[in-house]
Amino acid sequence: MRHEPSSARATGLAALLLLAATTLPAQAQGEPETRDFADILAAAEGQTVYWNAWGGDPATNDFIAWVGEEVRERHGVSVVHVKLSDTAEAVSRVLAEKAAGRDEGGAVDLIWINGPNFLAMKEESLLHGPFVEALPNFALVDTQEKPSNVVDFTVPVEGLAAPWRIAQVAYLYDVEAVDAAALPGSIPEMRTWAEANPGRLTHPTARDFMGTTFLKQALVELVDDRAALQEPATDETYAQTVAPLWDWYDALRPNLWRAGAEFPESGPAQNQLLADGEIDMAITFNPAEAAAGAIQGRLPETIRVFFLEDGTIGNTSFVAIPYNAAHKEGAMVVANFLMSPEAQARGQDPANLGAFTVLDLSRLSPDERAAFDQSDAHPAMPAPEEFVRVLPEPHPSWMTRLVADWERRISG
Amino acid sequence: MSGRKSYESGADGPHPEPARAGMSLPAREGRRRAATNTTFRADPLRAAPALTLALFLLPIGAGLLGTLAPAFGIFPALGETQLSLDPWRDLVAQPGFATSLRLTLTSGFLSTALALLFACGFAALASTRAGTARLERALAPLLATPHVAVAIGLAFLIASSGFLARVVSPWLTGWERPPALAIVRDPWGLSYVAGLAIKETAYLVLMVLAAQGQVRAAQALAAARALGYPPLVAWAKVVLPAIYRQVRLPVYAVLAFSLSNVEVAVVLAPGTPPPLSVLAIRWFSSWDLSLYPTAAAAATLQLLVVVAGIGAWRLAEIAGKRLHRAWCARGARHGLAGPILGIGGAGAVLSGVLVLGAIAVMALWSVAEGWRYPDALPPTLSLRNWARAAPTLVDLVGTTALVAACATAIALALALACLENEARRDLKPGAGALWLLYVPLLVPQIAFLFGAQVALVRLDLDATLLAVVWAHLLFVLPYVFLSLADPFRALDPRYARIAAGLGAGPWRTFLAVKLPMLARPIATAFAVGFSVSVALYLPTLFAGAGRIMTLTTEAVTLSSGADRRVVGVTAFAQAALPLLVYAAALAVPGLLAARRRVAA
Repeated sequence: MRHEPSSARATGLAALLLLAATTLPAQAQGEPETRDFADILAAAEGQTVYWNAWGGDPATNDFIAWVGEEVRERHGVSVVHVKLSDTAEAVSRVLAEKAAGRDEGGAVDLIWINGPNFLAMKEESLLHGPFVEALPNFALVDTQEKPSNVVDFTVPVEGLAAPWRIAQVAYLYDVEAVDAAALPGSIPEMRTWAEANPGRLTHPTARDFMGTTFLKQALVELVDDRAALQEPATDETYAQTVAPLWDWYDALRPNLWRAGAEFPESGPAQNQLLADGEIDMAITFNPAEAAAGAIQGRLPETIRVFFLEDGTIGNTSFVAIPYNAAHKEGAMVVANFLMSPEAQARGQDPANLGAFTVLDLSRLSPDERAAFDQSDAHPAMPAPEEFVRVLPEPHPSWMTRLVADWERRISG
Repeated sequence: MSGRKSYESGADGPHPEPARAGMSLPAREGRRRAATNTTFRADPLRAAPALTLALFLLPIGAGLLGTLAPAFGIFPALGETQLSLDPWRDLVAQPGFATSLRLTLTSGFLSTALALLFACGFAALASTRAGTARLERALAPLLATPHVAVAIGLAFLIASSGFLARVVSPWLTGWERPPALAIVRDPWGLSYVAGLAIKETAYLVLMVLAAQGQVRAAQALAAARALGYPPLVAWAKVVLPAIYRQVRLPVYAVLAFSLSNVEVAVVLAPGTPPPLSVLAIRWFSSWDLSLYPTAAAAATLQLLVVVAGIGAWRLAEIAGKRLHRAWCARGARHGLAGPILGIGGAGAVLSGVLVLGAIAVMALWSVAEGWRYPDALPPTLSLRNWARAAPTLVDLVGTTALVAACATAIALALALACLENEARRDLKPGAGALWLLYVPLLVPQIAFLFGAQVALVRLDLDATLLAVVWAHLLFVLPYVFLSLADPFRALDPRYARIAAGLGAGPWRTFLAVKLPMLARPIATAFAVGFSVSVALYLPTLFAGAGRIMTLTTEAVTLSSGADRRVVGVTAFAQAALPLLVYAAALAVPGLLAARRRVAA
């Protein structure tokens, strides 16, 4: 289970808070980073960066390990991957450290973050920076065509986090089990498909971000006024706005795997069910997942992806640095390397990660650009023309409420 | 390892208790003098029992307090300093609370009852045959295998798309695709019960066999059979009552674990809602700190469940004893006892097969490529998963082995110090002390680990190796002590007296005579302690604050999803490490003895 093992960390934090009899006055959000990158590099040498990142995906873990090796060789910066079960653990650790007055030498140097966690850290002034402008590779990032690189779940990033991979919702299916002509093109059609194929679709538990995304994708398509989702949810707007979602979900649920009484604990657990043949269709945040899974041997060669016609939710993954990080310079060096053409090209290769780049390829040299060439892509890679438009993420407050609502419905 | 075992083994051994009481006066005098002599030099041994108990009981006591306070509304970080029952109201109002509690109780009791039945059935069948000593050795792999690895393997073995279904599909079942059967994580928790029962059976079998060796079962059985009772009925009538007294403590430990574990539950128990322990962890881990008191209430309830559970079990024992007596008095030569024990024995054998099968399928997964339903075996084998996991695995194995070796070495030193102190001072092993040794095994980990973490943070020790070793020591020490106590106490005191007669001081006697003679039990105790440490999940997670990762924490994290081939690598490595240590424990004393002979 992805959620449970996190307890220890989180409780450690509660323990920290218990001890914080008096809370120190809140320090102002970190100052803008004004140093030259050369100075940052010099200060970073010899540092060990504790990168707190969700550890549930072996491909990402391998990628992080590779990044660690590269920055050690190039800049003398070591990386320790603190494998989280849930990013909230890192947020609460920083919060607890702040409450306990540990304003320097914090345990977390770099966090893989977005959505509600980023919003929480930004609101609580827990972030170092703005710092991205100080990183030379940020100049290569596409901030025009890929707006989620600078606006995260409707929240302006304001240079407090560096983008490193792009995600977009797609659905995996098994060509041997599913008639491609009958694939659902919309959320209502997905319900009808499940009716015709009971038990062959599921989604991760909503406590997992992939499960929440399954619900959000449906919400975005079913909601009457999409603009309402760009504002924070309130007690007045919430119930009415999400009513069409729960109507749809109540009709869908009996036809889910295990009749909607049990759910896989995470995206990878859901994909294992797909590999085992227990289900035929599953949500993913990575359109390259079918290709990546096949190349890495996690998924059978018969898995393909499809999109919903009206567009699907997309977002950007960032790395951010806590205000009290012990090794800020090292963390910035890692963040800069993550945005380098080399790291981005490696990440985009389905043999490694299959994550889409945050860069504007036109700003790269022809040699650098060649590394992104996808012409000999795996057959499970969707062709460029198959991609649909990217829909913006709702404000994080919708997500938090959806999870609580879902929990009540399932366990109640 | 039961509380009374030492007395009984004393009675069987070369120097039974009564003989010691009647020891000739000069001998007693000599002993007392020897004891007095050692006290002249401030003897550090004297502090051993107190130190051991302090290491044990302080963190547990502090931990329980740290859990109880927020459960009753005392939570200064949130500005709550008034006693209140609000956390309990919130707990009861949580969605799925009642189902969760019911699941906890049914799975805990059912799995313990099954494991006990299996163990008794096996021991009864074994008593009709010779060669049980060799059996104990064969149990080592089953005992050494951590719960998590067994749970992960079992999940794949029995799932509707799992190994057993693949072997018989589609040619026998007609299942072209996995059937829609809720086997793993079924709503009734039966796969969870199975996972607990098959693993605990091995432990209880060892306990029952050990007890059987101490109660002169063979003579009693022979007498009963002479009176015309069939073997299994004879066992149930004359051996069962005698051995049950001896295995009572281990049974309580199994019950406590089954009612409160997290690591098997996250793999095999249903998740919506899960058992109480998993719910508690889920709330503790929520970064919504207002759930912390609710979580503390759940952890406190977990403690109450275990205490009440052991109480209920005790009542059932008393009732069972009455029924048993009435049944014996009737003198019936036949009845259900035979078939029931026979089924139990079959269950034990099946449990062993399932545990080994669980490890075998994970080993197979670790080298599998493209293994899909309904292929009974993977179409291709490769070592690339091992190659890919190697760098991480080296670190994990290193940390796991380091923590296990440190905790076990400290536990051995403390246990030997306590036992040597007992021997030198001619103290009788008190039953009370033994209960205390069992405290960490009887108190649910959740109930005190959260609170203990506050103490660790206060000491700035959280997330250090030292803290993890200490947390492991709490669980390793009882097993090391209990597996060492019998052989140590059974050691013929005349060897020590001869050594003293030859002029050796107590320390020299201890180091040059006792330790070499105890090489084998010490090696076995080390292997037991090592495997206990390797399997520990929650203590590692808490004391390590998630930053110190072992094979077990990694296996649990991965079991939530991840690539099954990677899970296979980790689970297999986790099972193999303690096995290697067991193998070494069996081999090393022999080698040492051979070297001593050569040297002599």
